Amino acid sequence: MTAVFLGLPTAPRGVGHLRGDRSFPDAARDALRDGQLRANLGHATATIRGKRAAVVGEVPDWEQLRQAGRAIKAATMARLDEHLVALEERVTARGGTVHWARDANEANEIVTRLVQATGTDEVVKVKSMATQEIGLNEALEAAGIAAHETDLAELIVQLGDDKPSHILVPAIHKNRAEIREIFLRTMPGVDPGLTDEPRKLAMAARAHLRERFLRARVAISGANFAVAETGTLSVVESEGNGRMCLTLPQTLITVMGIEKLVPTWRDLEVFLQLLPRSSTGERMNPYTSLWTGVTPDDGPQEFHLVLVDNGRTAVLADEVGREALHCIRCSACLNVCPVYERAGGHAYGSVYPGPIGAVLSPQLTGVEDNASLPYASSLCGACYDACPVAIDIPSILVHLRAEHVEAQTRTTPEAAAFRALSAAMSNPRLWRLAQRAAGLGRFLARGKPTLPAALPPPASKWTRTRDLPAPPRETFTQAWAREHGS
Amino acid sequence: MKVALFATCLVDTMVPQVARATAVLLERLGHEVVVPPDQACCGQMHVNTGYRREAVPIVANHVRAFAGAEAIVAPSGSCVASIHHQQAAVARRAGEHALADEAAALAERTYELSQFLVDVLGVTDVGAYYPHRVTYHPTCHSLRLLRVGDRPLRLLRAVRGLDLVELPAADQCCGFGGTFAVKNAETSTAMLTDKMANVLSTHAEVCTAGDASCLMHIGGGLSRLRSGTRTVHLAEILASTEEAVSPHQSTQPAVSR
Repeated sequence: MTAVFLGLPTAPRGVGHLRGDRSFPDAARDALRDGQLRANLGHATATIRGKRAAVVGEVPDWEQLRQAGRAIKAATMARLDEHLVALEERVTARGGTVHWARDANEANEIVTRLVQATGTDEVVKVKSMATQEIGLNEALEAAGIAAHETDLAELIVQLGDDKPSHILVPAIHKNRAEIREIFLRTMPGVDPGLTDEPRKLAMAARAHLRERFLRARVAISGANFAVAETGTLSVVESEGNGRMCLTLPQTLITVMGIEKLVPTWRDLEVFLQLLPRSSTGERMNPYTSLWTGVTPDDGPQEFHLVLVDNGRTAVLADEVGREALHCIRCSACLNVCPVYERAGGHAYGSVYPGPIGAVLSPQLTGVEDNASLPYASSLCGACYDACPVAIDIPSILVHLRAEHVEAQTRTTPEAAAFRALSAAMSNPRLWRLAQRAAGLGRFLARGKPTLPAALPPPASKWTRTRDLPAPPRETFTQAWAREHGS
Repeated sequence: MKVALFATCLVDTMVPQVARATAVLLERLGHEVVVPPDQACCGQMHVNTGYRREAVPIVANHVRAFAGAEAIVAPSGSCVASIHHQQAAVARRAGEHALADEAAALAERTYELSQFLVDVLGVTDVGAYYPHRVTYHPTCHSLRLLRVGDRPLRLLRAVRGLDLVELPAADQCCGFGGTFAVKNAETSTAMLTDKMANVLSTHAEVCTAGDASCLMHIGGGLSRLRSGTRTVHLAEILASTEEAVSPHQSTQPAVSR
């Protein structure tokens, strides 16, 4: 039998939230018209940017820390298989059970089965990107299990029947007046006199959640880190709602992407400094929960760890793109991104928006399923500068654009144009002819300094909002050659 | 010093006065300027749009055109950044290792204008005169890839008659991004609008930068709004003197005070 290697499997279609219904430019067009969204995002990202810059600026060895984070991640990815097996061994030795899920469907089946085995029909959830990625809430709902989000922002999104638009602040696109309206409309027994004062909103959510914490028998979490050498899992959060989920219920199920582990306990030292300063702009996050397997008579007495691939091995196989797996989900790149700030998270169509999403989502799904995302960047480089583990996002974006172009089976008009231009730009004689032809464009201007505003496509994409100067009669190199007689 | 001028494809074809100003400035500083006639493009637009294979012959042409040059200067942070960060990489990826080595060696001798003036020639006062209110936009690739830092500002501060005003949120991208400006025209325009609002808030007559491409974007927007604020490349300001103002410029303020 001969086997044809078709590449490593990517995240399957029809499940989870890695693909949008529309291309980025289409989705962004609508978002850009939403003045309230623009105001909310502009205000929120500017605030977080300022906080981050202040606390990063006070660390004298920030650049060294960043390079340490990058080096640990690169070394971990190089031996990921060994570390994962070590993690499984340690978790099992400490009384936990490890499950391996090839993709979103397998992970959802495993978790659903585990919840059903406890006999309950509801779970509380810690904020988790992995479970959003695989669409776990929908899978549980289909099995008749209610999943209650307990992170305040995730709760707002869930109650509003909305989608998260930011990795760290999923409801960043909502202001407090909108949040008040959602609470009044959807929270059973909420005080009808609720105001939009942040403290009052938090108190309403607290009362709503407390009842669920005390009732729940099963909690589901993600993980920020897993330590291979000890089998320890970690969740980093601000509200303490995660801590409630991680300690109160009888059963804890943690769903984690296979890239989230670090080899040693000591490695946490680096990341627990990098993460809070980059994400919330805090020196230290309020709650860092760490747990290892099961501790008799303390916390959950049943612990399951579901390790999810869902396209990650395919990302790991790409020499340039694999750096995207180093991401620690701080969202600093979103907050500094001029494209994210204006178009918002929903335009990316994936649970991973912003610059990191633009490199991660197309790699997890295969670039053909998120083909517009690598182009959703002006390559300004602010993301690379802000990234606490120094992921060169612009270079990966450019690489993915090339992967997309090179995967096309037929010649698009764009490809034909770029090939013709390449032929001209690599042959001085042809190039001078092409420049002379471009110079003829000046006749369209009919003596004016700019070309007409109503040019046909694709030039119209430029001239709809920007003037284009009329080309000169003579190029600089032509004039120079004429004057200098060469 | 004998300096080879790389005009860049955009400047050469669309705004030749920027390359002219660069040559005038370098000659005024006592250097010999040569313009290799076979130059075309650095290949950045192809690489950044996904056509990295098609960029290889463009890189090869660039390396041929500038072979043997002692120092190469371009009035563009973006093109110089591409020469430094992309040319050798795309050649190597295509298996053209000899070309990659040559491109890398050439990159070592290639400078963005403000870097060349400050770091290589060691001058900040180039003897320029430009009696206008000017704000400076630090373009993304000059700022984050080449790390030119405050070199352009030091050059501008030494220009006689020039009233330099700080641009709010200067480090924010103007939204050009090469083909981004057409592939994501709406988002690009939203970014441009905020940049223009900041430029106009300074009440400057002139917005300057080290990249003709970003300036074509900002200037195209300002022109469409009939704002009266225009864009002028850093090289044109530095080339201006009491005796010889650069082409298309006037020493009279364009906006009456």
